[in-house]
Amino acid sequence: MTAKKKKSEMINFTIDGRKVQAKPGWTILETARFNHIHIPTLCFHPAVKPWGSCRLCVVETRYGKRGQIAPSCLTHPVQDLEVFTVSERVRNVRSWVLEMLLTECPASREIKELAAQYGITSTRFHITDPKEECLKCGLCVAVCHEVVGVQALTFGSRGVKKQLETPYRIPNSACIGCGCCVSVCPTGALQARLDTVRGDLSRRTGHGFAH
Amino acid sequence: MAKLKSVVELEAYRQDLQSGQDPHWPVVRVCLGPGCLAQGADKVARAFKTAIKSKRLKVEVKPLVKETGCQGFCSQGTLVTLSPSNLFYVQVKPEDVPEIVDVTLGRGEVLERLLYSDNGARYRSAGEIPFYKRQQKIILKNVGLIDPLDLHDALRAGAYQSLAKALSGMSAKEIIQTITISGLRGRGGGGFPTGYKWRRALETTQDNPGEVYIVGNGDEGDPGAFMDRAIMEGDPHTVLEGMAIGAYALGARQGYIYVRAEYPFAIRTLNLAIEQARRLGLLGKNILGAGFDFDIQINRGAGAFVCGEETALLASIEGRVGEPVMRPPFPVERGLWDRPTVINNVETWANVPHIIDKGAKWYANLGVANSTGTKIFSLVGKVKNSGLVEVPMGITLGGIVEEIGGGVPGQDRFKAVQTGGPSGGIIPYEFKEMPTDELKLDKVGLQPRGFLPVEFKDLPVDFDSLVRVGSIMGSGGMIVMDDHDCVVDVARYFLRFLQEESCGKCLPCRLGLKGMKEFLDRFSKGQGAREDIDALESLGKALMDGSLCGLGRTAPNPVLTSIRYFKDEYLAHIVDHKCPAGVCRDLITYSINPETCNGCGLCVKNCPEACISGKKKKAHAIDAAACIRCGACQDVCPVDAVRVA
Repeated sequence: MTAKKKKSEMINFTIDGRKVQAKPGWTILETARFNHIHIPTLCFHPAVKPWGSCRLCVVETRYGKRGQIAPSCLTHPVQDLEVFTVSERVRNVRSWVLEMLLTECPASREIKELAAQYGITSTRFHITDPKEECLKCGLCVAVCHEVVGVQALTFGSRGVKKQLETPYRIPNSACIGCGCCVSVCPTGALQARLDTVRGDLSRRTGHGFAH
Repeated sequence: MAKLKSVVELEAYRQDLQSGQDPHWPVVRVCLGPGCLAQGADKVARAFKTAIKSKRLKVEVKPLVKETGCQGFCSQGTLVTLSPSNLFYVQVKPEDVPEIVDVTLGRGEVLERLLYSDNGARYRSAGEIPFYKRQQKIILKNVGLIDPLDLHDALRAGAYQSLAKALSGMSAKEIIQTITISGLRGRGGGGFPTGYKWRRALETTQDNPGEVYIVGNGDEGDPGAFMDRAIMEGDPHTVLEGMAIGAYALGARQGYIYVRAEYPFAIRTLNLAIEQARRLGLLGKNILGAGFDFDIQINRGAGAFVCGEETALLASIEGRVGEPVMRPPFPVERGLWDRPTVINNVETWANVPHIIDKGAKWYANLGVANSTGTKIFSLVGKVKNSGLVEVPMGITLGGIVEEIGGGVPGQDRFKAVQTGGPSGGIIPYEFKEMPTDELKLDKVGLQPRGFLPVEFKDLPVDFDSLVRVGSIMGSGGMIVMDDHDCVVDVARYFLRFLQEESCGKCLPCRLGLKGMKEFLDRFSKGQGAREDIDALESLGKALMDGSLCGLGRTAPNPVLTSIRYFKDEYLAHIVDHKCPAGVCRDLITYSINPETCNGCGLCVKNCPEACISGKKKKAHAIDAAACIRCGACQDVCPVDAVRVA
């Protein structure tokens, strides 16, 4: 197979002008992290497959004359690719995403700090829920499914109405209370929600809460 | 009906069918397309059948009544074509049917009042009408001619001829080469070269042997578009045939057609067509004895616009949530169940039999270089003749809108055309002078490669020219706007649509569309500052760069193009707090011109808020504070005394 043949070959490319090497199968983000180059992320976690929802990790790639913006967590480098982690276009995407995140999860300290790094302290958009912390990045859903192997969490509804929910909006016993979702959550929004996943266990079992 | 076991048997069967019907046998074709159906075409067809069956008609040969797919001229529905006299009747009502049966079918005379007339001229047949004259029907050749529910009728018109040709003498390589040379590009919107796509899929399977899948994308969600629907409902066999040819070339055994749930007729027609084709051995095992197995299954969508995006569509077929995933890997490398999958729009598939039949060179000569063939557009909005048109690529916008569409009805002036549905751009009638710095810039988003020195009228409609002015071909929707359409409002409408249809997976699309709409909501209320326009533009560019799939990447197009071409209108909203088109409710007031008002009192009767006062035969007045600006008074006023400012 061709994939095996290439395994020994390293991919040479540059990030911000620095020469770096990637093992086949590595993404740009993994290579950058390996070389201690900072790219901000929210929805990336090494334990789960990259999902590409937060778009904070976007970088500008240039190959020959073609330049484009790509999410570094999902894009695999090719030989001689030029990657720029900070450029005008990248900054534009990141700062808009962060400004909108300030509207989406205004209670999150992590988001506020990250936004402040990009010089964004206020938002022009309408805040619906000032106490919200969840940005619906999908990490908890992914870790529950891919790592724990159950589906106690899921997304309900579509688009702007998208919500983190339990399947059919019913507390379920699929949740083993392992807390993986809480530990991967980039904003700590799940801390307060974990109990709602299993519901009041005393009703089902006669015993108290699981933890 | 036994299965056909070879190409020779198919041709013999076809011969048999053709000779079984006299070409001069009178046929009444009633258009049952969506436009005509809304006007009661089914009742017309039923009336024809009963009238002919009853003894009213004293002729020897009883005409055949055919319920066909969309004949195109939707604004004139219900359409009825009579052959062999080739008469074309428009706006036929069930009440007219007995008269048609008596006069035209019985006595052979023409019913003048039902003929299409324009500017004093009356047209006897469809081909003479300007609406049809400039069209070139290839894909729609049989739509409106055959009965889509009857395979025999399709066979008589030459269906499955190309499949037979492909099976009896062409290798897979030859077929792909033919498609490549023809220059066919994907009709779903992106315009990706089809031949290249097929070749990539074939190469992937050679590296990694196993199943290949074929998918037809019939999830046509654009508001105001019904091209795919017309094909699926009017001539389903051309789609099936195209997919079978593709399957033969790629070695696929299973195909899927994904049709949106809102098209129950298309689903019914396709299912019936598949059933009939299977029974004749044109689908299924060992097709025409060539040792080639292929079957097609219909997958019904569940009402998500985003499932028209190919990766979301494939996820939906697999039974996962219809959310797009990152490309690459492209579906031709890893699609359905991680196997190479060729997904094309149903219009693209419908092109394939014609290319195989008439040859790549013939097809490449249609249209213009880089955009070959014909394209179907649904021409809607403020045009006199709205409907479904098929034109060669490269025809000018003016050619479509003015010659085929017949221009804007009434005294109004053309303002703009929106192509490509909600993801397309708004192209103005006149190119306005633009500051030069605006033309140079931009690595992002709109890519003005130099100023386009042509006027709207002469802008060729092909994939690349439309991209150059900031729009896209899309699936072929074309919405014409006049002076009474406000671009801010139109952009807001499309944003609202897209915001509701966004899957919500990636943040720029989910939150950005909401944010963009908030900006436009403010503008339409006359709020906001000049800087907000620039902010909106930069947010739009962030969406184009940052979004995951085509929906988010093209969603800012209407906003960006309208800012680019109609900045004055945005400024009128923000700075002058006026809506020049008189659409945005918060910025307009209704008043009655006392000089023209004849005091008839119609507006008083129709005002839902009862805020119009005035004595009979005296000029009336509107209480601006209580008025909700619904426009009911303007609609009913017989002397046009109601003004909007």
